Amino acid sequence: MNFEFSDDQKLLKEQARGFLQSKCSTKEVRRILDGKEPYHPELWKGVAEMGWLGASIPEEYGGLGLGYLELCVIAEELGRAVAPIPFSSTVYLFAEAVLIAGTEAQKQKYLPKVSEGAIIGALALSEGAGAVTPKTIKTSAAGGKLTGVKLPVTDGDVADYAVVAAKTGAGNDEGSISLFIVDMKGAGVKAEAVDTVDPTRSHARVSFDGAAAEPLGATGQGWAILDKVFDRAAVLYAFEQVGGSQAALEMARDYAMGRYAFGRPIASFQAIKHKLADMYVATELARSNSYYGAWALSTDAPELAIAAATARVSATEAYHECSKENIQVHGGMGFTWEFDCHLHYRRSKVLSLVLGSLPRWKDRLISRLEERNAA
Amino acid sequence: MDFNDTPQEAGFRVQAREWIAANRPADWQNKAGGRDQDGIAISKAWQKKKYDAGWACIHWPKEFGGRGATPIERVIWSQEEGELGALSGLFIIGQGMCAPTIMAHGSQVAKARHVPKIASGEEIWCQLFSEPGSGSDLAGLRTRAEKQGDEWVINGQKIWTSGAHYSDYGILITRTDPTVAKHKGLTMFYLDMRSPGVTIKPIKQVSGRSDFNEVYFADVRIPDSQRLGEVGEGWKVSLTTLMNERLAVGGGFPTNFEEMFEMAKVIEDEDGPAIDNASVREKLADWYIRSAGLRNTSYRMISALSRGQAPGPEASISKLVLGVNRLNMASTMLDIQDAYGVISQKDLAVNGGQFHEIFFRAVAHRIEGGTDEILRNIIAERVLGLPGDIRVDKDLPFNKIPTGAN
Repeated sequence: MNFEFSDDQKLLKEQARGFLQSKCSTKEVRRILDGKEPYHPELWKGVAEMGWLGASIPEEYGGLGLGYLELCVIAEELGRAVAPIPFSSTVYLFAEAVLIAGTEAQKQKYLPKVSEGAIIGALALSEGAGAVTPKTIKTSAAGGKLTGVKLPVTDGDVADYAVVAAKTGAGNDEGSISLFIVDMKGAGVKAEAVDTVDPTRSHARVSFDGAAAEPLGATGQGWAILDKVFDRAAVLYAFEQVGGSQAALEMARDYAMGRYAFGRPIASFQAIKHKLADMYVATELARSNSYYGAWALSTDAPELAIAAATARVSATEAYHECSKENIQVHGGMGFTWEFDCHLHYRRSKVLSLVLGSLPRWKDRLISRLEERNAA
Repeated sequence: MDFNDTPQEAGFRVQAREWIAANRPADWQNKAGGRDQDGIAISKAWQKKKYDAGWACIHWPKEFGGRGATPIERVIWSQEEGELGALSGLFIIGQGMCAPTIMAHGSQVAKARHVPKIASGEEIWCQLFSEPGSGSDLAGLRTRAEKQGDEWVINGQKIWTSGAHYSDYGILITRTDPTVAKHKGLTMFYLDMRSPGVTIKPIKQVSGRSDFNEVYFADVRIPDSQRLGEVGEGWKVSLTTLMNERLAVGGGFPTNFEEMFEMAKVIEDEDGPAIDNASVREKLADWYIRSAGLRNTSYRMISALSRGQAPGPEASISKLVLGVNRLNMASTMLDIQDAYGVISQKDLAVNGGQFHEIFFRAVAHRIEGGTDEILRNIIAERVLGLPGDIRVDKDLPFNKIPTGAN
């Protein structure tokens, strides 16, 4: 059994960490947090030059063709660094949707541009509060034109292209939904940034008013394609969450070692030690589940549906626990803008919602287990 | 990443599988795990058969009955032995804790005379460590050993001794000098459990069963030749045993997820099966991700072993996660039966009372072999590098340490 990353993959991870330590310090993350820029352009450029955007995109489409395990180790480091760039929207969502459902021409058109960092991609799904279902999607497409409002769209304000879910059929079943690629700079598209819990990741309200829409996949297949995109993306997001959990745990540990109260480091109190032990346990379980997800993703195993939901749920829980308890360990200072604790607390919430919330993924996990046992 | 054996591992697996197929005992299921005469007899017979063919304690050196197997071969063997492993529970303490202690600290005579018999199952051993006044704080133990000529005279009481009533021998930690600091006045021995002055009383547990005992010592005599390690070095010796205990206890319990999942499909109320209830689904999901997390963590450990490396610190989380979550899930399984859940009578209870048993047994799982709290301390100190607790009794002579009413 070999349930570990290879030496080459570990080396890639070390390189990624080194690169992000120098180009994505907390100071750089705060530049986006406090400033007006929607993302960090120099970091985005650097990441493109490293080839990370095309890590799992096949060479025939301009990528490095390394594979998903390589993308997973990169994702972990991006999560650890709280990187303020549209990486996940572009790579895990837009590029994966094109890889899964695109025609040869669409792959040739979009994927090389993703690989070289020439375009930013997004996925436009949600239209209001509550879980997204075929019923809640009111945006419609007919005759190659798309009309409706999507809110929020992660990176919608900076994206060049978006995959948009729209109604093409009558009724509210899954077959009523189709996917389209829309040129976000084209006519009939208006995007405005909205305030969110994590200003280091941009979100927008996107209005489509007869925007030109290019079908992605067959009509009525939209929901089925999204399901596949979500399974793959869940594993990749889980690695970002594991990276973030680990970083928050280390922050809490280091602070507890240096902070003295009652004449001793607070790290010597069992209340703090046990809290940190629980953070460690949550992180390790999430890491192990994410590894299994990575294996299923990289081998396109039938276990992916269950493995992805398992990784998603445990990584979401771990990052929530680690980011909130990191603040608690810091005490009052953890509640200041000045300390970095809130960077993880914010990112943790954004990552936990972007693919659908925790209760929804728990339900999805049990549904997948029911399907497996029925088979 | 892949789940395949290396060619060497695959060869070993075939060898193990073929031997087990040719030698597996018939009609063992009903008796496995029993501690009555039948249960002990079938366990001993299987153990002896394995020993004679070189399949007992395979990671031990040849001279003690093993085959010097690598850690990954040990994992493969236990995978292949599968359910039959239930027959080996009787020997876990002897093979997992006592024998490593004897191998590390015993005399040549002790090693030659006892270790192979522990491997073959001819001798069953127990561990006499905990006392009524010293559980997590094991070094606070009070059982006295006083030297008289070539013998030691033992007086005191041990508790929570698994299998004392059917054990042949036990390893025993005692206080030989109460005037020095508590960790410094301890000495380890082994003794024949049928020695005069030893009285064994079963403890009736919360579960109604009696798996553990109290053991009383009244002027029990042990020859000095049965000392393990130097006088006053008992703490150091005990660490060998305890290190092995956490390995032996950790993975010993199943998660029972599949049974719970199936049961939630079967139990119905007017809204349909319990599994359609959102709160039940959420609890099942919570347990699934933890069960899967432990399984996947064990894959990481096995991978490390397969590469000839020591498993990482993630190995320490298993018991901490299993204990409290099994307890809570068993409670949920009773909840979904509603009022009927009170019934534990085997012929009436859902699943033959399996979840009622876990509901009680898991209580002990959180305590034995290191409590949840001690395990968190261990993770905090050894994995995360946090400071040790401040120990107010560390440098006091043992007989000056304050004691409470309990």
